[in-house]
Amino acid sequence: MPKQLEVRDVETHAPTLVGANTAVQTDDLHAWFDQLHALRGITLNVPERQVTAIIGPSGCGKSTFLRCLNRMHELVPSARVSGTVRVHDQDIYAPGIDPVLVRRRVGMVFQKPNPFPTMNIYDNVAAGVRLAGERDRRRLDDVVERSLRAAALWEEVKDRLRKPGTSLSGGQQQRLCIARALAVSPEVLLMDEPASALDPAATLRIEELARDLAKEITIVIVTHNMQQAARVSDVTGFFLGGQLVEFGPTNGLFTRPTDKRTEDYITGRFG
Amino acid sequence: MGSPQGGRLVRDTARTGDQWFRLLLAAMAAAVPFVIGTMVVALIAAAWPAILRFGARFLITTTWDPVASQFGVLSFVYGTVVSSALALLIAVPLGLGVSIFLSELVPGWLRTPISFLVELLAAIPSVVIGLWGIFVLVPWVRTTAEPALQASLGFLPLFRGPPLGLGLLTAGLILSVMVVPFVVAVSTAVMRAVPTAQREAAQALGATRWETTRTAVLPYARSGILGAIFLALARALGETMAVTMVIGNVAQIRVSLFAPAYTIPAVIANEFAEATGDLYVAALVYAGLVLLVVTVAMNALARLLVNRVVQGPSFIAE
Repeated sequence: MPKQLEVRDVETHAPTLVGANTAVQTDDLHAWFDQLHALRGITLNVPERQVTAIIGPSGCGKSTFLRCLNRMHELVPSARVSGTVRVHDQDIYAPGIDPVLVRRRVGMVFQKPNPFPTMNIYDNVAAGVRLAGERDRRRLDDVVERSLRAAALWEEVKDRLRKPGTSLSGGQQQRLCIARALAVSPEVLLMDEPASALDPAATLRIEELARDLAKEITIVIVTHNMQQAARVSDVTGFFLGGQLVEFGPTNGLFTRPTDKRTEDYITGRFG
Repeated sequence: MGSPQGGRLVRDTARTGDQWFRLLLAAMAAAVPFVIGTMVVALIAAAWPAILRFGARFLITTTWDPVASQFGVLSFVYGTVVSSALALLIAVPLGLGVSIFLSELVPGWLRTPISFLVELLAAIPSVVIGLWGIFVLVPWVRTTAEPALQASLGFLPLFRGPPLGLGLLTAGLILSVMVVPFVVAVSTAVMRAVPTAQREAAQALGATRWETTRTAVLPYARSGILGAIFLALARALGETMAVTMVIGNVAQIRVSLFAPAYTIPAVIANEFAEATGDLYVAALVYAGLVLLVVTVAMNALARLLVNRVVQGPSFIAE
């Protein structure tokens, strides 16, 4: 590979550079809140079954980008999107696409743990599957156990599945939310600063979990914590002012950034 | 700006103004509970002869005979409770529908005018609503609603008997109009207090608008909604004027909703001025005391429930 890749080339070739197929592909993605132009033409390919980190200072559009990948952005009144997003080669903004079904294939975990406070642990995990129409007790039991195991929470809660989800600690609640998202078997899991409300130990567990999950599904994680991005991700994108400055394998981006602005950000000169 | 070291920190005189101000405010704050307290004491004192004479029997007998000095409030309690229950039966589903529309569906520019109009309904004087009841609602109930109910549901004893227009059904209808604004105002507020994170949690799982409301918003707001219902109930129980004008004012207990009835507020308003004899007056005050206890209890319960939602979750993660 040439020493100095054009940014544009890195963007589209990132998946091949880490030896993966493309799971999500955005092309000239713009997003607005009313008059605010939050995303200004993002083109990048997210590799399949890898962890892709999106970093950047506050207000750079990284969360907005994430929310465009499962059509959550448009739920805010006055929000608009243009450009295309393909999830496994299907344009999720094409006419006739039901955003509700998109969100079952592209799951999401939020900054603060948000279990449903009136539901117990079991019902929290089963919520999405029930929404999808599953009523069979045995299959629900199966999904709940499988999802809690995948979220590394099963051993801690298997004896108290009927306790409220909110009786758990913050880190456990976040893993409960991950289990809830996994229960509907998404292909892609979006994580919006999933550890920002957690203590360091719980943060590490979430990071380990993200690495483990990437064996099965594609993870896109937004973080303001560069060490976290370095620890957890295979590919990293750096956003600034609604634009993608640099995108490539995490190792390369942190050790040999090609853009001066990336270098300034990761060396802590701003942000 | 003084010099950095020169400012004096000791006063020559105590801050007497502050102390007077504090005393004045404390007195003002104490005045309200004091008024309530004396009100209760005065009611008990005025009702005392009747409390001594009838005791708890007052609550479970239906005879209301001033001539024979026999008093029991059961038929008034029945009229009050049934007309209020009817009102809730109509107003709660309607009000919740409006609230879900206002908090979850309506575009921002339309929310304010709609809630303004709904809340305006609460500002119409009760006696004016009563006039509308007499001239519009009563004839409609007599000629249209009651015959239709009798034709379709007449196999139930609830919907039998001559369609009079004046009676429990009409009272329930008019009360429902009056309490809808309370249901709407309070339940819209508690639904809008549900954190966005809760809605997003459901939406990210692939919930539609209605499913999001059902799985995330309503369960989270449920105790506040219950509070809204109790508030509406308290309001319905205590409503006097409009109900008095349409309920028919007959002290009786009939299964049929078409039959005229009587409520506690109505009997007090109608009979107090011409009540002769200490026991008669005392019985009316005793009836008022019963009403006071019930409505205050309902209000307290409502407030407790609403606060639990609005003050926010004590149960979300650390």
